[in-house]
Amino acid sequence: MTVRLLYFAWVREMVGAEAEQLPLAEPLPLGELVARLRARSEGHARALAEPARLRAAVNQDFAGWDALVRPGDEVALFPPVTGG
Amino acid sequence: MFEAEVRRAPFDVAAAHARLSALGPGVGAVVLFTGQVRDEPLFLEHYPGMAERQMAARIAEARARWPLLGALAIHRFGALDVGELIVLVGTASAHRAAAFESAAFLMDWLKTSAPFWKRGRAGWVEARASDDAAARRWLPSKGEG
Repeated sequence: MTVRLLYFAWVREMVGAEAEQLPLAEPLPLGELVARLRARSEGHARALAEPARLRAAVNQDFAGWDALVRPGDEVALFPPVTGG
Repeated sequence: MFEAEVRRAPFDVAAAHARLSALGPGVGAVVLFTGQVRDEPLFLEHYPGMAERQMAARIAEARARWPLLGALAIHRFGALDVGELIVLVGTASAHRAAAFESAAFLMDWLKTSAPFWKRGRAGWVEARASDDAAARRWLPSKGEG
């Protein structure tokens, strides 16, 4: 099973991808998932270095770092929103 | 009519007003807010799916909180020039207080919970603490239940 990852705005630019898959067998807290992602590349490490500058959504709803991510979920990482 | 729409193309403000005001004989007040690009051209990125979902959720919250006869939220994405409209929030109610308050509520929460990101000439626009504060004023105060 995998998790579908989406990146937006400068997080997308730094990571160098707008979407990717992460293998995931067991539920994992979002914060730990992000720590695992940092090891993927220099771009990931830079984009995800400071969780305080990031916001996250699991299955298109805002989620905190302690939220459990399950195999099959859609996880998005992005800066605080600036629409309107 | 309770609708959220995300689109690239411009929207018709007069048509939005006409739809809200024609919702029935009980409509006595319609409030429309539009936000537009100022100072420099912008590019708006969004999260398709989550944007519509969050806007619809805020409309449902407004509907639960005020006696609304209709509410509409439209948000654009893509390249936008100075003066172009980015966002429209419209509400219809029997009386003005509910229409004014719910429109302000919707706009304040769209600013902080609809997944859109603005990029200008100098790069990605930073989120503002004042927007968070504006949204928080709608949270129930302690002791209110």
